[in-house]
Amino acid sequence: MEYFVQQLVNGLTLGSIYGLIAIGYTMVYGIIGMINFAHGDVFMIGSFVALIVFLVLTAIFYSLPVVLFLLIMMIVAMLTTSLYSWTIEKVAYRPLRGSFRLAPLITAIGMSIVLSNFVQVTQGPRNKPIPPMISKVYDIFGISISQKQIVIVLVTVALLAIFWYLVNKTALGRAQRACEQDRKMAALLGVDVDRTISITFIMGASLAAVAGSLYLMYYGVVVFSDGFVPGVKAFTAAVLGGIGSIPGAVLGGLMIGFIESMWSAYFSIDYKDVAAFSILAIVLIFLPSGILGRPEVEKV
Amino acid sequence: MAARTLLQVEGVQTYYGNIRALNGVNVSVNEGEIVALIGANGAGKSTLMMTIFGSPRARAGKITFSGTDITEMPTHEIARMRIAQSPEGRRIFPRMTVMENLQMGASLDKMRHFNEDSEKVFTLFPRLKERIAQRGGTLSGGEQQMLSIARALMARPKLLLLDEPSLGLAPLIVKQIFDAIRELNKTEGLTVFLVEQNAFGALKLANRGYVMVNGNVTLSGSGVELLANPDVRAAYLEGGRH
Repeated sequence: MEYFVQQLVNGLTLGSIYGLIAIGYTMVYGIIGMINFAHGDVFMIGSFVALIVFLVLTAIFYSLPVVLFLLIMMIVAMLTTSLYSWTIEKVAYRPLRGSFRLAPLITAIGMSIVLSNFVQVTQGPRNKPIPPMISKVYDIFGISISQKQIVIVLVTVALLAIFWYLVNKTALGRAQRACEQDRKMAALLGVDVDRTISITFIMGASLAAVAGSLYLMYYGVVVFSDGFVPGVKAFTAAVLGGIGSIPGAVLGGLMIGFIESMWSAYFSIDYKDVAAFSILAIVLIFLPSGILGRPEVEKV
Repeated sequence: MAARTLLQVEGVQTYYGNIRALNGVNVSVNEGEIVALIGANGAGKSTLMMTIFGSPRARAGKITFSGTDITEMPTHEIARMRIAQSPEGRRIFPRMTVMENLQMGASLDKMRHFNEDSEKVFTLFPRLKERIAQRGGTLSGGEQQMLSIARALMARPKLLLLDEPSLGLAPLIVKQIFDAIRELNKTEGLTVFLVEQNAFGALKLANRGYVMVNGNVTLSGSGVELLANPDVRAAYLEGGRH
């Protein structure tokens, strides 16, 4: 039983990170109907920026409180990835809007390759480790919960709350949802659609940057190819939850996290990815639009 | 009425691909007027409404609003000149509540008069108030039409474009909507440019009217004149509603 709960905790941690990345996929898909395959690499860049900030900060002041470290890492990473994502959208995606459906997809894959190679060339191809930032582990009824895990879950919950408020209660969020439902009508009501799309990319990138910082803190290591697997997992999470649905992305992220940690614990760790993707396939057979997704038919 | 031109459409041509939908259209709307545009299916009425908003964009000709050239302006900036439209197909945001749809309309007015204006549209369309927390997509056709008009009104427009406000609605609701338009025009001096297939109702409501055939404006005149015109009667009114 303790073992099971332990895996739940691990799954929750992993799932939080996937969920944060998945929101970026799902929001961009919701608003312009494209899969932004470069999003995983934006996450990786967030992780690298966090790494650089960490190294710089430790070199200058050694004895800063850890919370402050994390906060600065996240903020700088958010700003940097926002800039990246904003530029990518403007340079690579916007000119192709209205082109045939595959064009943005191909460009996105290209962008993903560009970003990971750029990091490989500038930062080197080797793993970049950092010393553990937080190492305290609590033992609660035989279940070990590390401070890192608590931080990850708390940051995720706080961000999701802010994010939920932004999307559901502010004029900006309303404009975003309007663009998602009927871009032309939104423009007729004075919504600057291009700007709203840019903001959507920025929001997704910021969440990915936080996920990247948390990922670095959790695993203590990052490498240029780290955009790929977590990116694909988060994308899977978004599809599993129902692409276009924000609660779906979070739910999908948590599910993928749970599936992975449970499978690794009870079966074979080598096959954990197979398990995650198989469950995706099975769910899509019975719920083609994902768990919380809505069916394609909309316009009456 | 003092004839200050609010909207001027001159020689506008619009294409869908290579197909010309508007063939050099000239239309003007003066401040405080109700102007009707009538014509058969596919004549280009809705295309003109959307061309005013630059979507699709006019390939030739000029559109001015309050003396400003808006022909090449981005759609959202045209809207910010305070032109509101209840477009063809109503285009209610289906997964937003009635309230949120109205808020979207009011965003042009930066939500400054939201409470006051929403009370006003609820007085016009009490039905909407009952449906306030319901999603747009779950409303009936008539309710969606009311919401579409109400949403446009929330922007406090200087010019209101209505595309077929009577389409698919029960006669009683059509009358209610036409009464509402007349009322707003009289009490607030709202300028209205409306497209209608229900030519009789529209021309009775309007100060002036235009008749459109195959992308051309073929006739214009006061509502009363057009109603009396034998060609108009033969094409759009006879056998219709009396």
